[in-house]
Amino acid sequence: MEALYAIAVGVLTTCGLYLVLRGRTFPVIMGLTLLSHGVNLFLFASGRLALAAPAVIGESARPTDPLPQALVLTAIVISFAMTAFVVVLALRAAVELRSDHVDGVDPEEDWRP
Amino acid sequence: MMLLSIVALPLLGALVTPLVSRRSTAMLPTLLAGAIGLAVVSILLSQAMDVLAGTVLIEHYPWLPGIGLSPAFRLDALGLFFALIIAGMGILITLYAHFYFAGKHGAVRFHSLMLAFMGAMLGIVTSENLLFMLVFWEMTSLVSFVLIGFHQDERPARRGARMTLVITGGGGLALMAGVLLIGNSVGSFRLSDILAPEAALTADPLYPWMLGLVLIGAMTKSAQFPFHLWLPNAMTAPTPVSAYLHSATMVKAGIFLLARLNPALGDTEAWLYSISTAGMATLLTGAFIAMFKHDTKELLAYSTVSHLGLITLLMGLSTRMAMVAALFHLLNHALFKAPLFMMAGAVQKATGTRDMRRINGLWRTLPALAVISAIAAASMAGLPLLGGYLSKKMFFIESMNASVTPTLQWLTPALAAIAGLFSAAYSFRIFHNVFFNGKPRNLPVWPPKNPDVGIQVPPAVLALAVVLVSWHAKTVVHGLIGPVASAAEGSVLPAYDMHQLHHIGTAFFMSLAAMLGGLLLYMAREPLFRLYDQLPPADAREIFEWLMTRTGSAAERLVHGLENGSVQRYVALIILSAIVLAGPVLLSGIQWHGGETLTPIDPLTALGLVLLMATAIGTVLGHHQRLFALLLLGSAGLFVTLTFARFSAPDLALTQLSVEVMAVIIMMLALSFLPQTTPRESSRLRKGRDLSLATLGGLGVGLVSFAIMTRPQSTIAAFFLSQSKPGGGGSNVVNVILVDFRGFDTLGEITVLGIAAVAVFALTRNLQLKDRIPQERGQYWASNPHPLILRTMARPILPIALMVSAYIFLRGHNMPGGGFIAGLITAVALSLQYMAGSLAWAHGRMLTPFRPLIGLGLLLACGTGLGSLLFGEAFLSSWFGHYDLPLLGHLELATALLFDLGVFTTVVGATLLILANLGKLMTVHGPGEEIG
Repeated sequence: MEALYAIAVGVLTTCGLYLVLRGRTFPVIMGLTLLSHGVNLFLFASGRLALAAPAVIGESARPTDPLPQALVLTAIVISFAMTAFVVVLALRAAVELRSDHVDGVDPEEDWRP
Repeated sequence: MMLLSIVALPLLGALVTPLVSRRSTAMLPTLLAGAIGLAVVSILLSQAMDVLAGTVLIEHYPWLPGIGLSPAFRLDALGLFFALIIAGMGILITLYAHFYFAGKHGAVRFHSLMLAFMGAMLGIVTSENLLFMLVFWEMTSLVSFVLIGFHQDERPARRGARMTLVITGGGGLALMAGVLLIGNSVGSFRLSDILAPEAALTADPLYPWMLGLVLIGAMTKSAQFPFHLWLPNAMTAPTPVSAYLHSATMVKAGIFLLARLNPALGDTEAWLYSISTAGMATLLTGAFIAMFKHDTKELLAYSTVSHLGLITLLMGLSTRMAMVAALFHLLNHALFKAPLFMMAGAVQKATGTRDMRRINGLWRTLPALAVISAIAAASMAGLPLLGGYLSKKMFFIESMNASVTPTLQWLTPALAAIAGLFSAAYSFRIFHNVFFNGKPRNLPVWPPKNPDVGIQVPPAVLALAVVLVSWHAKTVVHGLIGPVASAAEGSVLPAYDMHQLHHIGTAFFMSLAAMLGGLLLYMAREPLFRLYDQLPPADAREIFEWLMTRTGSAAERLVHGLENGSVQRYVALIILSAIVLAGPVLLSGIQWHGGETLTPIDPLTALGLVLLMATAIGTVLGHHQRLFALLLLGSAGLFVTLTFARFSAPDLALTQLSVEVMAVIIMMLALSFLPQTTPRESSRLRKGRDLSLATLGGLGVGLVSFAIMTRPQSTIAAFFLSQSKPGGGGSNVVNVILVDFRGFDTLGEITVLGIAAVAVFALTRNLQLKDRIPQERGQYWASNPHPLILRTMARPILPIALMVSAYIFLRGHNMPGGGFIAGLITAVALSLQYMAGSLAWAHGRMLTPFRPLIGLGLLLACGTGLGSLLFGEAFLSSWFGHYDLPLLGHLELATALLFDLGVFTTVVGATLLILANLGKLMTVHGPGEEIG
């Protein structure tokens, strides 16, 4: 199971990084979301994978590590706030620069002879 | 306290002077600066007897002992000698500057900077800790920069200041590296340890580096060839600055450093050859060029360069008594050079120029100054029985004693004599050209103004000192210079044999030859000047400026090459550097499988993970069709939720679920404005590059994750698990960690959330999205924005959702749930009303604006934390108790619940603020009323 999980983390990171490297804002935002999924799963897994052992006293005999969970919980909320901020930034940039390219300039304009 | 006050008094004075002098007479800054100078001198003199007898005073103030940073001051004979010159000269310069500036604008600034400089200089010579000496060292460079550029509106002043800063600042960096090497080798930055014989720095394998770096620092500061350039260009400074910094004090800092570190670094072949070569080159260059300068201050500057070279050369010679000669000449130089500078300043004030081809025959106008200058120039020329003559004769004697290889035995004395000859010639020139040599020609100020009597007092005092030192040379050498040189050598030197100075031998004839030769050279000056003018013009200043421009443009090209303004490139570079930094470590033979047995794969979980990967890959493949990709992204989020749920993290699953809903809504809102498709514009090469970067990154993260998961776990979880119930009063450990154990983190995190929300509010405030793309709207977007079924369903959902939210919130401490999750559920339920109803409809029914809600939540959380302070507990300590209440039954009440309520409020406020403002953008009517 660990191997498959690690592959999933790797695939999420790869997809996230690839999209982050795109030139338009919207794919970049999606890439950031995928990347934060990958990172959250990565951090979460540092508490090891346990089935049916929630960190609630009395629920299971050997509860899993609660600390990574607490860290990831706040990370999820913060990455949501960040996503919202980046979305607004992208909108603002698209309005003011009249282009949704991350560099603020439509490359096609320069490519035309 | 005493040694500290030596440094602190001038520095405090520098701060106080501008404050008290704002509305007062011109006298006050002078008096203040003078009083501070006198105070420092009297403190120094009160200790002089003991210190010259060999006592070393040390004051130590512990500050950061762990990294060797503790201010410590040290006063030994060497430090005392320099400190007396610095403070004593400071008093005279203060007096001189009073008349020089004559109450003009800038006098206050000058006195303040002068005091700052004096403090820094005193700091250099009294520092026990080399790190603190470095700080003072840099401070002198900076203050000198400001003082040279004192007339900020003049271009040469600015250029000269910049050149000084580049050269002395660069040297300071080298010195810092050298000092760090020394400190590293000795294990301490304290001079007492470094100068101790046990330090054995000369045997260190890094000794050449230490010596080289320290030498660069000393040579740049003391204007040694080829770093001497800055000194002549620093003559754009007001004359008091030139007289103080550039003849008597700052340029001696490098020499002080060599003398200070002589016991630790000296007495090697490398020391001997590098320092004496540098000194000799400087001595000759300076003396030669000085002769041909027509500007009084430039002549004096090159002459200073040459004398500094002489002192450095003596330091390098390493003969037994060379240190005595060097320090005695240093004293003489300070005494005769400063009055000459003061003369140049006074003459400039009287005639309006410094050009010696125009200033002639001033002895009628300035008879007193002529006498003063005669004494100083005679000492500089080395005329018999004056201080300059004695120290130069010492120099000739030592140059013959130097223990260089026999073939070079004759070279040092010969070059010394030539330099002496030029030195005599320019000394004759500056005196004779200014005061005699016919009549003044074409002066800007005619007739020459009679300068203030006051401006002639400081040079007169110095000229008197020249005479006194010459008269009592034996007392000075034995009583003062001897102990100082012993301190510099680190061992007691025998008394200098003064008789050999009166002995008629080789040294006498060398002096005589230099004197007569200098006279002849001066007589033949006219043809020589013509000859010099025919030499190819090599203006070092222009070369320096050219170098500076070239360096600047090269740096610019490099920066623009790297930073071409493309965010894509920056992101790629960041990822690449992460891979490059982490890659070698990961590839250095790490065992990926850590040894723990893998858990078996169950088909359902495997299916979930495979689908997670599939949706992620689908998002990438379909990212050109944005809505499609967004839907896949949302499903990826749902599979992440399932993964959390599967692996025993119910809180995370709940949070991820509600966040995912909100995030998709936000992106959907944005997409209704942005283009619906992404153009296919990346070249194949770019795609390949990005794909390989992404794959390498993902591979690394995946492998590390696998390596971590398969290693035995060592965790601090046991503490949280065991303390959750007795310490935090809750059985849901994740929630107890959030609101109790790590409550401070959570407080920080909700603050970030609030800031992000307010930033969204601010960014959308004046934003108008006029350019929605109409032709694409029909493709995906519903024509009816608020369908009837949604509207009807949404309203009954609200109370149910709020009840669920309340339940989740209340049980959070003991079961999965809590403020974060409850807040998100509430926000989702409310935003559904916005979507179903319409912005105006829903907003009209909101009881409170959102921004105060965020503030309230933060206040609540913070206040709960502060409340525990009232009970004498640490910030954010929690308290709980169990109660049996009528109707409600058994109930547990915890202060953590209040904190969680703060979290809840902030999350609701922040999320709705973000959502409502984004939604507002999308309404057809534009911004309209402010929301939030």
